[in-house]
Amino acid sequence: MPEGTLCNKQPINTDEQLKLVLNDKGGKQYYAEMEQLDVDTEKLWNTIQKTMKSRLKTWLEICAHCGLCSESCFLYQVNGRKPEQVPSYKIQSTLGEIVKKKGQVSNEFMRHCMDVAWSWCTCCNRCGQFCPHGIDMGVMFSYLRGLLYSQGFVPWELKIGSGMHRVYRAQMDVTTEDWVETCEWMAEENEEEWPGLEIPVDKEGADIMYTCNAREPKHYPEDLAEAAILFHVAGENWTVPSEGWEQTSLSMFAGDWECCKDNVENVYAAIERLKPKRAIGTECGHAHRATVIEGPYWVGREDGQPPVPFMHYVEWLLEALETGKIKIDPAKRIKEPVTLQDSCNYVRNQGLKNVTRKIIEYIVEPGYFREMAPNKEYNYCCGGGGGFNGIGKYRPQRNVALLKKLQQIQDTGAKLVIAPCHNCWDAIRDLEEEYEIGIRWSFLKPLVINMMIVPDHLKPEE
Amino acid sequence: MYDLLTGPLLWLVFIVTFVGLIVRVVMYIRGLNWKLDRVAYRPHLGHGLKHAARSIVFFLIPFGTHSWRSRPLFTILFFAFHIGLLVTPIFLEAHNVMLEKSLGIRLPGLPAGVADMLAWTVVVGGLFMVLRRIAFSDVRILTTAYDYILIVISVAPFATGLIARYELGNYDFWLIAHILTGEIWLLALPFTKLSHVVLFFMSRMQLGMDYGIKRGGMKGTSMSW
Repeated sequence: MPEGTLCNKQPINTDEQLKLVLNDKGGKQYYAEMEQLDVDTEKLWNTIQKTMKSRLKTWLEICAHCGLCSESCFLYQVNGRKPEQVPSYKIQSTLGEIVKKKGQVSNEFMRHCMDVAWSWCTCCNRCGQFCPHGIDMGVMFSYLRGLLYSQGFVPWELKIGSGMHRVYRAQMDVTTEDWVETCEWMAEENEEEWPGLEIPVDKEGADIMYTCNAREPKHYPEDLAEAAILFHVAGENWTVPSEGWEQTSLSMFAGDWECCKDNVENVYAAIERLKPKRAIGTECGHAHRATVIEGPYWVGREDGQPPVPFMHYVEWLLEALETGKIKIDPAKRIKEPVTLQDSCNYVRNQGLKNVTRKIIEYIVEPGYFREMAPNKEYNYCCGGGGGFNGIGKYRPQRNVALLKKLQQIQDTGAKLVIAPCHNCWDAIRDLEEEYEIGIRWSFLKPLVINMMIVPDHLKPEE
Repeated sequence: MYDLLTGPLLWLVFIVTFVGLIVRVVMYIRGLNWKLDRVAYRPHLGHGLKHAARSIVFFLIPFGTHSWRSRPLFTILFFAFHIGLLVTPIFLEAHNVMLEKSLGIRLPGLPAGVADMLAWTVVVGGLFMVLRRIAFSDVRILTTAYDYILIVISVAPFATGLIARYELGNYDFWLIAHILTGEIWLLALPFTKLSHVVLFFMSRMQLGMDYGIKRGGMKGTSMSW
């Protein structure tokens, strides 16, 4: 069978097709069809010839096979140090083979590549810091994912995820109406406790345009309310766009580069339309990476920068604390052992390690903060990065992957983990559910709301 | 035979090797693509070059990076092997004599004892590299025949040179063997994975620019990578 009804080389572009794939519970039919899917070897080789430039070509060629990357990989460590989990081996035996065979590979091999690309590597980029030749396997796996996606060999959930982005321009089926209604609902819901609280939609020329992760309006609308409360207390002139509010990119995890470009164009269009002085994104690592770090390149911005300065939430929060827009009540600071999860996507990939630590100084009583080991840009992935968290087929492998973070957290002795990233937050929640080690986890927003000093004029009248 | 190998053939080898390596460098730079690599090389060249230099320098210093510190024994082996490989042929007194004869210039010469020690380091280091590839499962799985051949190509000039120097067996034979294996080694540089003599710098420079421009350098963080 060249193309299946559900599993095929075509991206999901219509609501109808989206529902069709979505209704195939667990992707049973989807994966069955995948076993019959033809590999378009000619197209595969053509794509490689066009897109594989000196960086990747050289990396594949000059890998000295020294094995210095092995211990750098948490998946190698937690999977019994199986040699098959050595990062260099993982990429040489998948992408390396496709290139060696000039694209002449079988369906079975492509399915093997899919397993490796999505369940043996989270594209955390940690190995890249250990290779003497500067070879970054995370970058190469991301490239391999693109090749696999274009041939239809992509996990069911990520095919749907990128389809969601294509149809709804959000990782979940949140429409413009749903979004605007959620903003109104959250403002109303909280205005009694926070008089004057607003979530202004489409205000032109605001100081800040706020964007978030579609999970927030869909499943955790209180996160949106918390952002509003903090902007309100900080006295910010802010807005959210009715369109272009979603900054995540499951398409980046799926390797659907065309869709990535469309997502980011949508956010940037909101910036052009509303002309804010700057944009702030929510506590989400991959959303930040997609919109701020990689996004400018997807849309072809030569300077590699978004149209206006675009900050991760932790950067805004630190600024608010440093300028005194938000003041912390010292009596309410955290007084229990607490640790911090450094997200790969804005720490290793954008150097925001010190920002989060300065926030910790404001909100944690001295002596209670425990660093994970290793930490900062050497921290390990939460265990569920790169889409791993959401793929049912690889849930057992993901649960094994969580063991590294579990051990790191337990070693700190902390009972509370601050995780300013949706994906890390999810992984840590799952690890508690799976292994019950007795920890709690939190974004920064609720913690700060509970310990900030609210100016009298913003308090409700008694 | 000796005159041919050290005369016209040697010149040809030098030309092919050096032109070959220059071509590799040029091809590498021409094959960079800001859009596909997702690094704005040109608009932030200053940041990029600063971090590129930083990346190269720290990886050239033994124990200079987190990576080198994580495997101390490998690091020592690796640096000793590479120092021996590079320093010995360039500063060996006998090579200097040849250089002076043909071009009339000479480089500072190595004392014989030091040269011997460095050559032995390469031979023993090569041996350990082979043993390491056999002993550790994470390195074994990566190793192919090609990797062994490259070690043999790299170590052979040193092994034959030492045999000739100690005059074990037929001196003339081992001298010719030394020259031939040396020329094979030079020729292998641009055409095999040994091209890392130049591509190491290019690849490190690229990742340095990647970190410098995109992954933290512009946020004022000096990331170690």
